[in-house]
Amino acid sequence: MSIEQREARQPWILLTPALTAVTLLLIVPLMFIVVYSFWLKSAVGADTPGFFLDNWQEALTDRFYRDILLNTLKISAITTIACAALGYPAAYFIARSKGNKVVLLVLLMLPFWISYIIRTMSWINILGVSGALNSALMWIGIINQPIQMLYNETTVILGLVHFLLPFMVLNIFVSLDGIDTNLEDAASSLGATRWQGFLQVTLPLSLPGLAAGGLLCFVLSAGTYITPVILGGPRDAMFANLVYEAIIGQLDWPLGSALSLLLLMVLGVLVLIYNRYLGMAQLAKGLG
Amino acid sequence: MGWRLIRIYTILVYLFMFLPIAVVVLLSFNANQFGSFPMTGLSTRWFEVLWNNDAIMRAFRTSIVLGLMTAAISTVLGVLASLALVRYRIPGRNLITTLLIAPILVPEVVLAVSLLLFLNFLNFGKSFTLLLAGHVIFTLPFVILVVQARLVSIKRDVEEAALSLGASPRQTFFAITLPLLMPAVAAGGLFAFTISFDDITGTLFWKPGGIETVPTQIFSMLRNSISPEINALGTVMIVLTVGLPLIGAAIARKLATRSGL
Repeated sequence: MSIEQREARQPWILLTPALTAVTLLLIVPLMFIVVYSFWLKSAVGADTPGFFLDNWQEALTDRFYRDILLNTLKISAITTIACAALGYPAAYFIARSKGNKVVLLVLLMLPFWISYIIRTMSWINILGVSGALNSALMWIGIINQPIQMLYNETTVILGLVHFLLPFMVLNIFVSLDGIDTNLEDAASSLGATRWQGFLQVTLPLSLPGLAAGGLLCFVLSAGTYITPVILGGPRDAMFANLVYEAIIGQLDWPLGSALSLLLLMVLGVLVLIYNRYLGMAQLAKGLG
Repeated sequence: MGWRLIRIYTILVYLFMFLPIAVVVLLSFNANQFGSFPMTGLSTRWFEVLWNNDAIMRAFRTSIVLGLMTAAISTVLGVLASLALVRYRIPGRNLITTLLIAPILVPEVVLAVSLLLFLNFLNFGKSFTLLLAGHVIFTLPFVILVVQARLVSIKRDVEEAALSLGASPRQTFFAITLPLLMPAVAAGGLFAFTISFDDITGTLFWKPGGIETVPTQIFSMLRNSISPEINALGTVMIVLTVGLPLIGAAIARKLATRSGL
């Protein structure tokens, strides 16, 4: 074999282990549950292989599933908007501050290292019946009895925003940091006010980061399982809770497959639209 | 005027992110027997209770073993793949990158369900191996992203210099490339460990009955009510997961400065 041929083979040898893992543990299993979603659960023993549309019919027409899917998308949208509203000014401040940029960035990265479940349950300490807020309100004398502030849709959104905000800030920061500040100076020397300069120069240039952060927030919150269980009430189930209930609770694996694929398709459409207009590179930038 | 407003806004955003976590740490030292406000004094009793809780200690051991094995496998796979992606011109590079990053584009629930059902179909039910396979597959993209980002900054010139001075490719790899790569390897491994240590959604689907990791243990404890023990456990987790990367970063920096490049 010539040196060139060996040289050409080398990257594939390096890639083989990772590609094999992704193929065997992700791609093939995904194709498998596509097949599985057409099988039927039988009352006893193994599920019946075949081509039945029952699971898909149930997943697509049952009002219960549809309402929860729509509710999940609504919660994810509100979470994403809240993250953008909270995150943009903070990211702008970090990108344009002079002295303490590194400290602010490290602080921003810290929550990534702090356990998700700990961060989620920390809100019980704040909003619970004997939590910080109730104790403070009672101490001031505004209320006599503690009020139950937890276990509703608002607290689910609050928990999600708390979890996802760093992703948003980081993505916006990455794109703001890449903007040449001379552009803003040029705008102001041409007579634009700071606000005009921001609206017409900086904001449009930072939109890719905003979009990448938005996509991450939306997809991660739409797939979340833990937050509604810990911070939501019995009626605040999100779509992933349905999947868990079908797979682990009911052991109805064909239906669980159909529900998983439904979630994957809805979010997949979003990712495809994003990829079409902005490309995956932006996403990799914010994660790396 | 505007800048001042943004500064105050940013401070509030940071408070929002850190205040609840600070309260966890504060309450874990609470002497009050219900672990809630008002605090009646400082005490370390909840850490003692934690230390004597066999279920939690077992969960800790499971999480650490699982995290270390995940990190080892993910880092090897990830570093090799990143080398190929950064160092060679290969056809279909974008497609391969997308494929390798796919595990984080797929919602974790869907990944969990498909892996569970597929391996079960192959008569490979819920087990530690399934748990490990799952953790490897969803930490791999993060390792690849981190390692790739670091690899880009290592110049090829140094390797080429070694080769031109008569070193064999193997010698060059072990004497030049690997030492330069160490910070990237360490960062990737640490990232994989932390993500594995923190994972709950996939773990809930994959874990066999009787095996708990720290997050699933906390999750099952939360079903009852929030006890001061959980706050103490949270504090330990925060110290571990924040302290480890900081130590790791310090070591990585030391390695980087010692190699002098």
